[in-house]
Amino acid sequence: MNLNQKTIEQLAEHLENAELEAHEVIKITEAHPDMDWDDAYAIQAEILRRKLARGSRVVGLKAGLTSHGKMKQMGVSTPVFGWLVDYFSVADGGEIKHSELIHPKVEPEIVFVTKKALRGPGCHIGAVLAATDFVMPGIEIIDSRYKDFKFDLKSVIADNCSSTRFVLGGQRASVAGLDLRTLGVVLEKNGEPVAIGAGAAVLGHPAAAIAALANHLGARGEEIPAGTMILSGGVTEAVSVSPGDHVNLRIQSLGSVSTRFV
Amino acid sequence: MDQTTIERLGDALYDALVAGTPIAPLTETHPEMRIEDAYQVQRRMIARRVAAGERVIGKKIGVTSKAVMNMLGVNQPDFGMLTDRMVFNEGETIPAASLIQPKAEGEIAFLLKHDLQGPGVTAADVLAATEGVMACFEVVDSRIRDWKIRIQDTVSDNASCGVFVLGDQLVDIADLDLAMCGMVLEKNGEIVVTGAGAASMQHPVNAVVWLANMLGQLGESLKAGDIVLSGAMGAMVPVAAGDSLRMQIGGIGGCSVRFV
Repeated sequence: MNLNQKTIEQLAEHLENAELEAHEVIKITEAHPDMDWDDAYAIQAEILRRKLARGSRVVGLKAGLTSHGKMKQMGVSTPVFGWLVDYFSVADGGEIKHSELIHPKVEPEIVFVTKKALRGPGCHIGAVLAATDFVMPGIEIIDSRYKDFKFDLKSVIADNCSSTRFVLGGQRASVAGLDLRTLGVVLEKNGEPVAIGAGAAVLGHPAAAIAALANHLGARGEEIPAGTMILSGGVTEAVSVSPGDHVNLRIQSLGSVSTRFV
Repeated sequence: MDQTTIERLGDALYDALVAGTPIAPLTETHPEMRIEDAYQVQRRMIARRVAAGERVIGKKIGVTSKAVMNMLGVNQPDFGMLTDRMVFNEGETIPAASLIQPKAEGEIAFLLKHDLQGPGVTAADVLAATEGVMACFEVVDSRIRDWKIRIQDTVSDNASCGVFVLGDQLVDIADLDLAMCGMVLEKNGEIVVTGAGAASMQHPVNAVVWLANMLGQLGESLKAGDIVLSGAMGAMVPVAAGDSLRMQIGGIGGCSVRFV
Protein backbone atom coordinates (compact mmCIF):
# COMPACT_ATOMS: atom_id res chain seq x y z
CA MET A 1 0.00 0.00 0.00
CA ASN A 2 1.28 3.45 -0.92
CA LEU A 3 -1.45 5.70 0.50
CA ASN A 4 -1.82 6.58 4.17
CA GLN A 5 -5.06 6.04 6.09
CA LYS A 6 -5.97 9.73 5.97
CA THR A 7 -5.70 9.85 2.18
CA ILE A 8 -7.75 6.67 1.83
CA GLU A 9 -10.49 8.18 4.00
CA GLN A 10 -10.44 11.43 2.02
CA LEU A 11 -10.68 9.65 -1.31
CA ALA A 12 -13.50 7.43 -0.02
CA GLU A 13 -15.47 10.49 1.09
CA HIS A 14 -14.74 12.21 -2.23
CA LEU A 15 -16.03 9.23 -4.24
CA GLU A 16 -19.01 8.53 -2.02
CA ASN A 17 -20.09 12.16 -2.19
CA ALA A 18 -19.93 11.97 -5.97
CA GLU A 19 -22.29 9.00 -5.81
CA LEU A 20 -24.69 10.51 -3.26
CA GLU A 21 -24.81 13.91 -4.98
CA ALA A 22 -24.78 12.42 -8.49
CA HIS A 23 -21.89 14.41 -9.87
CA GLU A 24 -18.86 13.25 -11.78
CA VAL A 25 -15.24 13.56 -10.67
CA ILE A 26 -11.83 13.21 -12.29
CA LYS A 27 -10.30 9.75 -11.88
CA ILE A 28 -8.38 9.66 -8.63
CA THR A 29 -5.18 8.19 -10.07
CA GLU A 30 -4.51 11.59 -11.69
CA ALA A 31 -3.77 13.07 -8.25
CA HIS A 32 -2.46 9.79 -6.81
CA PRO A 33 -0.51 8.01 -9.56
CA ASP A 34 1.31 5.88 -6.95
CA MET A 35 -1.82 4.18 -5.55
CA ASP A 36 -1.84 0.38 -5.92
CA TRP A 37 -4.48 -2.39 -6.05
CA ASP A 38 -4.57 -2.75 -2.27
CA ASP A 39 -5.08 1.00 -1.88
CA ALA A 40 -7.93 0.80 -4.36
CA TYR A 41 -9.68 -2.01 -2.48
CA ALA A 42 -9.01 -0.16 0.82
CA ILE A 43 -10.81 2.93 -0.54
CA GLN A 44 -13.69 0.71 -1.69
CA ALA A 45 -13.85 -0.87 1.81
CA GLU A 46 -13.82 2.57 3.44
CA ILE A 47 -16.81 3.67 1.31
CA LEU A 48 -18.63 0.56 2.51
CA ARG A 49 -17.68 1.29 6.14
CA ARG A 50 -19.22 4.77 5.80
CA LYS A 51 -22.45 3.28 4.45
CA LEU A 52 -22.66 0.59 7.13
CA ALA A 53 -22.14 3.25 9.80
CA ARG A 54 -25.21 5.00 8.40
CA GLY A 55 -27.26 1.81 8.62
CA SER A 56 -26.86 0.30 5.14
CA ARG A 57 -26.60 -3.45 4.84
CA VAL A 58 -24.62 -5.55 2.34
CA VAL A 59 -27.03 -7.61 0.22
CA GLY A 60 -24.67 -9.09 -2.34
CA LEU A 61 -21.41 -8.98 -4.28
CA LYS A 62 -20.52 -8.31 -7.90
CA ALA A 63 -17.82 -9.12 -10.41
CA GLY A 64 -16.79 -6.62 -13.06
CA LEU A 65 -14.51 -6.51 -16.13
CA THR A 66 -15.40 -10.14 -16.76
CA SER A 67 -15.12 -10.24 -20.54
CA HIS A 68 -11.82 -11.29 -22.08
CA GLY A 69 -12.12 -8.30 -24.41
CA LYS A 70 -12.46 -5.81 -21.53
CA MET A 71 -9.70 -7.51 -19.53
CA LYS A 72 -7.35 -7.33 -22.50
CA GLN A 73 -8.28 -3.68 -22.98
CA MET A 74 -7.55 -2.89 -19.31
CA GLY A 75 -4.43 -5.06 -19.22
CA VAL A 76 -5.54 -7.41 -16.43
CA SER A 77 -5.93 -11.15 -16.10
CA THR A 78 -8.55 -11.30 -13.33
CA PRO A 79 -11.88 -9.56 -12.92
CA VAL A 80 -12.54 -6.91 -10.25
CA PHE A 81 -15.07 -7.11 -7.44
CA GLY A 82 -17.41 -4.90 -5.45
CA TRP A 83 -20.26 -4.99 -2.96
CA LEU A 84 -23.98 -4.24 -3.23
CA VAL A 85 -25.98 -2.59 -0.44
CA ASP A 86 -29.70 -2.60 0.31
CA TYR A 87 -30.66 0.67 -1.38
CA PHE A 88 -29.11 -0.48 -4.68
CA SER A 89 -31.92 -3.05 -5.01
CA VAL A 90 -34.85 -2.21 -7.30
CA ALA A 91 -37.95 -4.41 -7.58
CA ASP A 92 -38.67 -6.21 -10.86
CA GLY A 93 -40.73 -3.79 -12.97
CA GLY A 94 -39.81 -0.93 -10.66
CA GLU A 95 -38.71 2.62 -11.44
CA ILE A 96 -35.23 4.10 -11.20
CA LYS A 97 -34.86 7.86 -10.87
CA HIS A 98 -32.40 8.88 -13.57
CA SER A 99 -31.74 12.19 -11.79
CA GLU A 100 -30.28 10.31 -8.80
CA LEU A 101 -27.57 8.95 -11.10
CA ILE A 102 -24.84 10.53 -13.25
CA HIS A 103 -24.72 8.72 -16.60
CA PRO A 104 -26.17 5.26 -15.97
CA LYS A 105 -25.78 2.23 -18.23
CA VAL A 106 -27.44 -1.17 -18.01
CA GLU A 107 -25.87 -4.61 -18.33
CA PRO A 108 -27.48 -8.07 -18.54
CA GLU A 109 -26.24 -10.49 -15.89
CA ILE A 110 -26.65 -14.07 -14.72
CA VAL A 111 -27.09 -13.86 -10.95
CA PHE A 112 -25.95 -16.62 -8.59
CA VAL A 113 -27.30 -17.35 -5.10
CA THR A 114 -25.14 -19.69 -3.05
CA LYS A 115 -26.26 -22.35 -0.58
CA LYS A 116 -22.78 -23.24 0.70
CA ALA A 117 -19.76 -21.14 1.58
CA LEU A 118 -17.04 -20.85 -1.06
CA ARG A 119 -13.47 -20.33 -0.03
CA GLY A 120 -10.38 -19.92 -2.21
CA PRO A 121 -7.64 -20.41 -3.20
CA GLY A 122 -8.31 -23.24 -5.60
CA CYS A 123 -12.02 -22.53 -6.04
CA HIS A 124 -13.14 -23.82 -9.48
CA ILE A 125 -16.28 -24.04 -11.61
CA GLY A 126 -17.22 -27.41 -10.14
CA ALA A 127 -17.11 -26.08 -6.58
CA VAL A 128 -19.20 -23.08 -7.61
CA LEU A 129 -21.87 -25.19 -9.31
CA ALA A 130 -22.03 -27.51 -6.28
CA ALA A 131 -22.46 -24.51 -3.97
CA THR A 132 -25.08 -22.75 -6.13
CA ASP A 133 -28.62 -22.73 -4.79
CA PHE A 134 -30.01 -21.21 -8.00
CA VAL A 135 -29.39 -18.70 -10.79
CA MET A 136 -31.72 -15.92 -11.95
CA PRO A 137 -31.65 -12.98 -14.37
CA GLY A 138 -30.56 -9.55 -13.21
CA ILE A 139 -30.10 -6.09 -14.72
CA GLU A 140 -27.13 -4.25 -13.28
CA ILE A 141 -27.11 -0.48 -13.54
CA ILE A 142 -23.58 0.87 -13.51
CA ASP A 143 -22.74 4.54 -13.07
CA SER A 144 -19.06 5.33 -12.94
CA ARG A 145 -18.48 8.41 -10.85
CA TYR A 146 -15.71 9.33 -13.27
CA LYS A 147 -16.14 11.88 -16.04
CA ASP A 148 -17.26 10.22 -19.32
CA PHE A 149 -16.78 6.72 -17.80
CA LYS A 150 -13.03 7.28 -18.29
CA PHE A 151 -11.11 5.32 -15.71
CA ASP A 152 -8.21 2.97 -15.15
CA LEU A 153 -8.30 -0.22 -13.16
CA LYS A 154 -7.38 1.21 -9.76
CA SER A 155 -9.78 4.12 -10.07
CA VAL A 156 -12.69 1.82 -10.94
CA ILE A 157 -11.96 -0.57 -8.06
CA ALA A 158 -11.91 2.35 -5.61
CA ASP A 159 -15.27 3.44 -7.07
CA ASN A 160 -16.76 0.05 -6.11
CA CYS A 161 -16.65 -1.04 -9.76
CA SER A 162 -19.20 1.60 -10.82
CA SER A 163 -22.00 -0.13 -8.87
CA THR A 164 -25.20 1.77 -8.32
CA ARG A 165 -28.42 -0.25 -8.73
CA PHE A 166 -29.60 -3.75 -9.66
CA VAL A 167 -32.89 -5.38 -10.52
CA LEU A 168 -33.52 -9.07 -9.84
CA GLY A 169 -36.49 -10.98 -11.16
CA GLY A 170 -37.58 -13.65 -13.58
CA GLN A 171 -37.50 -17.19 -12.37
CA ARG A 172 -34.96 -19.14 -10.36
CA ALA A 173 -33.43 -22.21 -11.94
CA SER A 174 -31.18 -24.93 -10.65
CA VAL A 175 -27.84 -25.14 -12.46
CA ALA A 176 -28.25 -28.91 -12.83
CA GLY A 177 -28.98 -29.60 -16.48
CA LEU A 178 -28.40 -25.96 -17.43
CA ASP A 179 -25.50 -25.06 -19.73
CA LEU A 180 -24.68 -21.56 -18.50
CA ARG A 181 -22.26 -21.05 -21.41
CA THR A 182 -24.95 -21.19 -24.06
CA LEU A 183 -27.79 -19.43 -22.22
CA GLY A 184 -29.06 -16.82 -24.65
CA VAL A 185 -29.26 -13.26 -23.33
CA VAL A 186 -31.36 -10.54 -24.98
CA LEU A 187 -31.41 -7.01 -23.58
CA GLU A 188 -34.20 -4.82 -24.93
CA LYS A 189 -34.59 -1.06 -24.65
CA ASN A 190 -38.03 0.31 -25.46
CA GLY A 191 -39.00 -2.99 -27.08
CA GLU A 192 -35.99 -3.29 -29.36
CA PRO A 193 -33.10 -5.74 -28.80
CA VAL A 194 -30.01 -3.60 -28.18
CA ALA A 195 -27.52 -6.15 -26.87
CA ILE A 196 -27.45 -9.89 -27.52
CA GLY A 197 -25.06 -12.51 -26.20
CA ALA A 198 -24.60 -15.79 -24.38
CA GLY A 199 -23.29 -16.73 -20.93
CA ALA A 200 -19.84 -17.68 -22.22
CA ALA A 201 -19.11 -13.97 -22.75
CA VAL A 202 -18.40 -13.91 -19.00
CA LEU A 203 -14.91 -15.45 -18.62
CA GLY A 204 -15.91 -18.37 -20.85
CA HIS A 205 -18.37 -19.54 -18.16
CA PRO A 206 -20.21 -17.32 -15.63
CA ALA A 207 -19.32 -19.68 -12.76
CA ALA A 208 -15.65 -18.87 -13.42
CA ALA A 209 -16.37 -15.29 -12.25
CA ILE A 210 -17.74 -16.62 -8.94
CA ALA A 211 -14.68 -18.87 -8.55
CA ALA A 212 -12.42 -15.87 -9.22
CA LEU A 213 -14.29 -13.92 -6.52
CA ALA A 214 -13.84 -16.77 -3.99
CA ASN A 215 -10.12 -16.88 -4.85
CA HIS A 216 -9.83 -13.09 -4.53
CA LEU A 217 -11.46 -13.19 -1.07
CA GLY A 218 -9.47 -16.30 -0.10
CA ALA A 219 -6.23 -14.37 -0.63
CA ARG A 220 -7.54 -11.96 2.04
CA GLY A 221 -8.62 -14.71 4.44
CA GLU A 222 -12.30 -14.19 3.59
CA GLU A 223 -14.95 -16.34 1.92
CA ILE A 224 -18.27 -16.09 0.09
CA PRO A 225 -20.80 -17.08 2.77
CA ALA A 226 -23.72 -19.41 2.06
CA GLY A 227 -26.78 -17.44 0.93
CA THR A 228 -24.82 -14.78 -0.95
CA MET A 229 -26.29 -13.17 -4.06
CA ILE A 230 -23.63 -12.40 -6.70
CA LEU A 231 -23.86 -10.55 -10.01
CA SER A 232 -21.44 -12.52 -12.19
CA GLY A 233 -20.63 -9.81 -14.75
CA GLY A 234 -22.06 -8.16 -17.86
CA VAL A 235 -22.80 -10.60 -20.69
CA THR A 236 -22.80 -7.79 -23.28
CA GLU A 237 -21.56 -4.24 -23.63
CA ALA A 238 -23.26 -1.80 -21.25
CA VAL A 239 -26.08 0.23 -22.83
CA SER A 240 -26.74 3.90 -21.98
CA VAL A 241 -30.21 4.81 -20.73
CA SER A 242 -32.23 8.04 -20.54
CA PRO A 243 -35.32 9.09 -18.58
CA GLY A 244 -38.37 7.39 -20.12
CA ASP A 245 -36.47 4.27 -21.20
CA HIS A 246 -37.93 0.86 -20.47
CA VAL A 247 -35.36 -1.93 -20.18
CA ASN A 248 -36.27 -5.60 -20.37
CA LEU A 249 -33.86 -8.51 -20.03
CA ARG A 250 -34.67 -12.02 -21.21
CA ILE A 251 -32.42 -14.99 -20.45
CA GLN A 252 -32.97 -18.47 -21.85
CA SER A 253 -34.66 -20.72 -19.26
CA LEU A 254 -34.61 -17.92 -16.64
CA GLY A 255 -37.51 -15.71 -17.75
CA SER A 256 -37.30 -11.94 -17.82
CA VAL A 257 -36.78 -8.90 -15.60
CA SER A 258 -37.45 -5.24 -16.33
CA THR A 259 -37.15 -1.69 -15.08
CA ARG A 260 -38.12 1.83 -16.13
CA PHE A 261 -36.02 4.98 -15.89
CA VAL A 262 -38.03 8.04 -14.89
CA MET B 1 -32.75 -3.89 -66.87
CA ASP B 2 -33.14 -5.90 -70.05
CA GLN B 3 -32.81 -9.67 -70.21
CA THR B 4 -29.47 -9.56 -72.05
CA THR B 5 -27.85 -7.45 -69.33
CA ILE B 6 -29.31 -9.65 -66.58
CA GLU B 7 -27.88 -12.78 -68.20
CA ARG B 8 -24.53 -11.14 -68.80
CA LEU B 9 -24.25 -10.12 -65.11
CA GLY B 10 -25.41 -13.54 -63.88
CA ASP B 11 -22.80 -15.16 -66.12
CA ALA B 12 -20.10 -12.78 -64.86
CA LEU B 13 -20.88 -13.77 -61.24
CA TYR B 14 -20.92 -17.45 -62.17
CA ASP B 15 -17.56 -17.12 -63.91
CA ALA B 16 -16.16 -15.26 -60.86
CA LEU B 17 -17.37 -18.12 -58.63
CA VAL B 18 -15.82 -20.82 -60.81
CA ALA B 19 -12.55 -18.96 -61.30
CA GLY B 20 -12.36 -17.80 -57.67
CA THR B 21 -11.68 -14.28 -58.93
CA PRO B 22 -13.88 -11.44 -57.66
CA ILE B 23 -15.34 -8.75 -59.91
CA ALA B 24 -16.15 -5.07 -59.48
CA PRO B 25 -19.49 -4.18 -57.80
CA LEU B 26 -22.35 -4.50 -60.31
CA THR B 27 -23.84 -1.32 -58.86
CA GLU B 28 -20.76 0.60 -60.01
CA THR B 29 -21.27 -0.32 -63.64
CA HIS B 30 -25.08 -0.54 -63.42
CA PRO B 31 -26.27 2.07 -60.90
CA GLU B 32 -29.80 1.74 -62.32
CA MET B 33 -30.15 -1.84 -61.07
CA ARG B 34 -33.19 -2.45 -58.82
CA ILE B 35 -33.55 -5.22 -56.22
CA GLU B 36 -36.03 -6.98 -58.54
CA ASP B 37 -33.35 -6.97 -61.26
CA ALA B 38 -30.85 -8.34 -58.76
CA TYR B 39 -33.03 -11.38 -58.02
CA GLN B 40 -33.18 -12.01 -61.79
CA VAL B 41 -29.36 -11.89 -61.93
CA GLN B 42 -29.23 -14.33 -59.01
CA ARG B 43 -31.67 -16.62 -60.83
CA ARG B 44 -29.34 -16.62 -63.85
CA MET B 45 -26.28 -17.37 -61.71
CA ILE B 46 -28.08 -20.31 -60.06
CA ALA B 47 -29.38 -21.55 -63.45
CA ARG B 48 -25.75 -21.79 -64.57
CA ARG B 49 -24.89 -23.83 -61.46
CA VAL B 50 -27.85 -26.15 -62.03
CA ALA B 51 -26.89 -26.51 -65.70
CA ALA B 52 -23.45 -27.59 -64.47
CA GLY B 53 -25.04 -30.38 -62.44
CA GLU B 54 -25.80 -28.82 -59.06
CA ARG B 55 -29.13 -29.37 -57.31
CA VAL B 56 -30.97 -26.77 -55.17
CA ILE B 57 -31.57 -28.21 -51.68
CA GLY B 58 -32.75 -25.18 -49.74
CA LYS B 59 -32.56 -21.44 -49.16
CA LYS B 60 -30.67 -18.99 -47.00
CA ILE B 61 -31.98 -15.78 -45.49
CA GLY B 62 -29.55 -12.89 -45.14
CA VAL B 63 -29.53 -9.26 -43.95
CA THR B 64 -31.60 -10.31 -40.94
CA SER B 65 -30.11 -7.98 -38.33
CA LYS B 66 -31.05 -4.35 -37.84
CA ALA B 67 -27.36 -3.38 -37.98
CA VAL B 68 -26.81 -4.97 -41.41
CA MET B 69 -30.15 -3.63 -42.71
CA ASN B 70 -29.07 -0.13 -41.68
CA MET B 71 -25.65 -0.63 -43.26
CA LEU B 72 -27.24 -1.63 -46.58
CA GLY B 73 -30.07 0.91 -46.30
CA VAL B 74 -32.93 -1.59 -46.45
CA ASN B 75 -35.70 -2.62 -44.10
CA GLN B 76 -36.11 -6.23 -45.10
CA PRO B 77 -33.88 -9.29 -45.44
CA ASP B 78 -32.81 -11.03 -48.65
CA PHE B 79 -32.50 -14.65 -49.71
CA GLY B 80 -30.33 -16.95 -51.78
CA MET B 81 -30.22 -20.58 -52.90
CA LEU B 82 -28.40 -23.52 -51.31
CA THR B 83 -27.13 -26.29 -53.55
CA ASP B 84 -25.76 -29.76 -52.88
CA ARG B 85 -22.24 -28.52 -53.66
CA MET B 86 -22.39 -26.08 -50.72
CA VAL B 87 -23.22 -28.48 -47.89
CA PHE B 88 -20.65 -29.87 -45.46
CA ASN B 89 -21.26 -32.01 -42.42
CA GLU B 90 -20.13 -31.74 -38.80
CA GLY B 91 -16.36 -32.03 -38.42
CA GLU B 92 -15.52 -31.93 -42.12
CA THR B 93 -12.77 -29.81 -43.62
CA ILE B 94 -13.29 -27.04 -46.16
CA PRO B 95 -10.51 -26.12 -48.59
CA ALA B 96 -10.06 -22.39 -48.02
CA ALA B 97 -8.75 -22.03 -51.57
CA SER B 98 -12.23 -22.93 -52.87
CA LEU B 99 -13.50 -19.63 -51.45
CA ILE B 100 -12.51 -16.03 -52.18
CA GLN B 101 -12.90 -13.99 -48.97
CA PRO B 102 -14.84 -16.23 -46.55
CA LYS B 103 -16.41 -15.28 -43.22
CA ALA B 104 -18.29 -17.63 -40.90
CA GLU B 105 -21.42 -16.97 -38.86
CA GLY B 106 -23.42 -19.10 -36.44
CA GLU B 107 -27.01 -19.84 -37.46
CA ILE B 108 -29.99 -22.06 -36.78
CA ALA B 109 -30.84 -24.26 -39.80
CA PHE B 110 -34.43 -25.45 -40.26
CA LEU B 111 -35.22 -28.77 -41.92
CA LEU B 112 -38.80 -28.72 -43.26
CA LYS B 113 -41.16 -31.69 -43.30
CA HIS B 114 -44.04 -29.90 -45.07
CA ASP B 115 -44.28 -27.38 -47.92
CA LEU B 116 -44.84 -23.75 -46.97
CA GLN B 117 -46.76 -21.75 -49.55
CA GLY B 118 -47.12 -17.99 -49.05
CA PRO B 119 -48.79 -15.54 -48.88
CA GLY B 120 -50.40 -15.83 -45.47
CA VAL B 121 -47.76 -18.04 -43.82
CA THR B 122 -47.59 -17.40 -40.05
CA ALA B 123 -45.17 -18.42 -37.27
CA ALA B 124 -47.57 -21.27 -36.40
CA ASP B 125 -47.31 -22.61 -39.98
CA VAL B 126 -43.49 -22.54 -39.83
CA LEU B 127 -43.41 -24.35 -36.46
CA ALA B 128 -45.85 -26.98 -37.76
CA ALA B 129 -43.83 -27.49 -40.95
CA THR B 130 -40.48 -27.89 -39.16
CA GLU B 131 -39.00 -31.38 -38.83
CA GLY B 132 -36.24 -30.04 -36.59
CA VAL B 133 -33.42 -27.51 -36.28
CA MET B 134 -29.63 -27.84 -36.34
CA ALA B 135 -26.66 -25.74 -35.35
CA CYS B 136 -25.08 -24.49 -38.55
CA PHE B 137 -22.14 -22.45 -39.79
CA GLU B 138 -22.87 -20.39 -42.82
CA VAL B 139 -19.63 -19.49 -44.56
CA VAL B 140 -20.47 -16.39 -46.51
CA ASP B 141 -18.29 -15.33 -49.40
CA SER B 142 -18.48 -12.54 -51.94
CA ARG B 143 -17.76 -12.67 -55.64
CA ILE B 144 -17.64 -8.87 -55.41
CA ARG B 145 -14.19 -7.42 -54.81
CA ASP B 146 -13.36 -6.59 -51.16
CA TRP B 147 -16.96 -7.15 -50.05
CA LYS B 148 -17.82 -3.68 -51.49
CA ILE B 149 -21.48 -4.63 -51.72
CA ARG B 150 -24.71 -2.69 -51.93
CA ILE B 151 -27.95 -4.60 -51.48
CA GLN B 152 -28.30 -5.18 -55.27
CA ASP B 153 -24.78 -6.65 -55.41
CA THR B 154 -25.31 -9.15 -52.62
CA VAL B 155 -28.77 -10.20 -53.86
CA SER B 156 -27.33 -10.75 -57.37
CA ASP B 157 -24.47 -12.75 -55.86
CA ASN B 158 -26.81 -15.33 -54.28
CA ALA B 159 -27.02 -13.38 -51.01
CA SER B 160 -23.23 -13.79 -50.64
CA CYS B 161 -23.62 -17.46 -49.81
CA GLY B 162 -20.46 -19.56 -49.91
CA VAL B 163 -20.88 -22.94 -48.24
CA PHE B 164 -22.54 -24.16 -45.04
CA VAL B 165 -21.85 -26.76 -42.37
CA LEU B 166 -24.63 -28.66 -40.58
CA GLY B 167 -24.06 -29.60 -36.93
CA ASP B 168 -24.19 -32.69 -34.79
CA GLN B 169 -27.90 -33.00 -33.95
CA LEU B 170 -31.35 -32.51 -35.42
CA VAL B 171 -33.60 -31.43 -32.54
CA ASP B 172 -37.34 -31.04 -32.18
CA ILE B 173 -38.37 -27.42 -31.64
CA ALA B 174 -41.16 -28.27 -29.16
CA ASP B 175 -40.46 -26.47 -25.86
CA LEU B 176 -37.60 -24.52 -27.48
CA ASP B 177 -37.80 -20.72 -27.74
CA LEU B 178 -35.42 -20.20 -30.65
CA ALA B 179 -35.15 -16.45 -29.96
CA MET B 180 -33.54 -17.24 -26.62
CA CYS B 181 -31.11 -19.94 -27.72
CA GLY B 182 -27.61 -18.63 -26.99
CA MET B 183 -24.71 -19.14 -29.40
CA VAL B 184 -21.01 -19.33 -28.52
CA LEU B 185 -18.50 -19.31 -31.37
CA GLU B 186 -14.85 -20.23 -30.80
CA LYS B 187 -12.10 -19.72 -33.36
CA ASN B 188 -8.93 -21.67 -32.66
CA GLY B 189 -10.08 -22.21 -29.08
CA GLU B 190 -10.86 -18.60 -28.29
CA ILE B 191 -14.40 -17.31 -27.80
CA VAL B 192 -14.79 -14.64 -30.48
CA VAL B 193 -18.59 -14.18 -30.71
CA THR B 194 -21.58 -14.82 -28.50
CA GLY B 195 -25.12 -14.20 -29.61
CA ALA B 196 -28.67 -15.53 -29.57
CA GLY B 197 -31.54 -16.36 -31.92
CA ALA B 198 -33.18 -12.97 -31.37
CA ALA B 199 -30.36 -11.40 -33.44
CA SER B 200 -32.20 -12.63 -36.56
CA MET B 201 -35.36 -10.53 -36.99
CA GLN B 202 -36.09 -10.78 -33.23
CA HIS B 203 -36.86 -14.50 -33.75
CA PRO B 204 -35.44 -16.94 -36.34
CA VAL B 205 -38.98 -18.13 -37.11
CA ASN B 206 -39.79 -14.58 -38.29
CA ALA B 207 -37.09 -14.93 -40.94
CA VAL B 208 -38.58 -18.18 -42.27
CA VAL B 209 -42.07 -16.63 -42.25
CA TRP B 210 -40.73 -13.71 -44.28
CA LEU B 211 -39.07 -16.03 -46.78
CA ALA B 212 -42.17 -18.20 -47.30
CA ASN B 213 -44.30 -15.12 -47.94
CA MET B 214 -41.67 -13.50 -50.16
CA LEU B 215 -41.42 -16.66 -52.27
CA GLY B 216 -45.22 -16.76 -52.43
CA GLN B 217 -45.20 -13.35 -54.11
CA LEU B 218 -42.82 -14.77 -56.72
CA GLY B 219 -45.04 -17.80 -57.29
CA GLU B 220 -42.61 -20.13 -55.50
CA SER B 221 -42.69 -22.02 -52.22
CA LEU B 222 -40.58 -23.80 -49.63
CA LYS B 223 -40.69 -27.59 -50.00
CA ALA B 224 -40.66 -30.51 -47.60
CA GLY B 225 -37.03 -31.57 -47.24
CA ASP B 226 -35.66 -28.06 -47.78
CA ILE B 227 -32.92 -26.72 -45.52
CA VAL B 228 -33.42 -23.07 -44.57
CA LEU B 229 -30.63 -21.03 -42.94
CA SER B 230 -32.40 -18.48 -40.77
CA GLY B 231 -29.81 -15.71 -40.38
CA ALA B 232 -26.78 -14.83 -38.27
CA MET B 233 -27.02 -15.07 -34.46
CA GLY B 234 -23.95 -12.85 -34.00
CA ALA B 235 -21.10 -11.11 -35.78
CA MET B 236 -19.24 -12.66 -38.73
CA VAL B 237 -15.71 -14.02 -38.29
CA PRO B 238 -13.11 -13.96 -41.10
CA VAL B 239 -11.63 -17.41 -41.72
CA ALA B 240 -8.53 -18.72 -43.50
CA ALA B 241 -6.66 -21.98 -44.04
CA GLY B 242 -5.56 -23.41 -40.69
CA ASP B 243 -8.53 -22.04 -38.74
CA SER B 244 -10.61 -24.36 -36.61
CA LEU B 245 -14.12 -23.24 -35.65
CA ARG B 246 -16.47 -24.61 -33.02
CA MET B 247 -19.93 -23.39 -32.16
CA GLN B 248 -22.52 -24.40 -29.58
CA ILE B 249 -26.17 -23.34 -29.48
CA GLY B 250 -28.09 -23.71 -26.21
CA GLY B 251 -30.73 -26.44 -26.46
CA ILE B 252 -29.81 -27.31 -30.07
CA GLY B 253 -26.27 -28.65 -30.30
CA GLY B 254 -22.88 -27.92 -31.77
CA CYS B 255 -21.11 -27.60 -35.08
CA SER B 256 -17.42 -27.65 -35.92
CA VAL B 257 -15.37 -27.20 -39.05
CA ARG B 258 -11.75 -26.80 -40.09
CA PHE B 259 -10.39 -24.80 -42.99
CA VAL B 260 -7.42 -26.32 -44.77
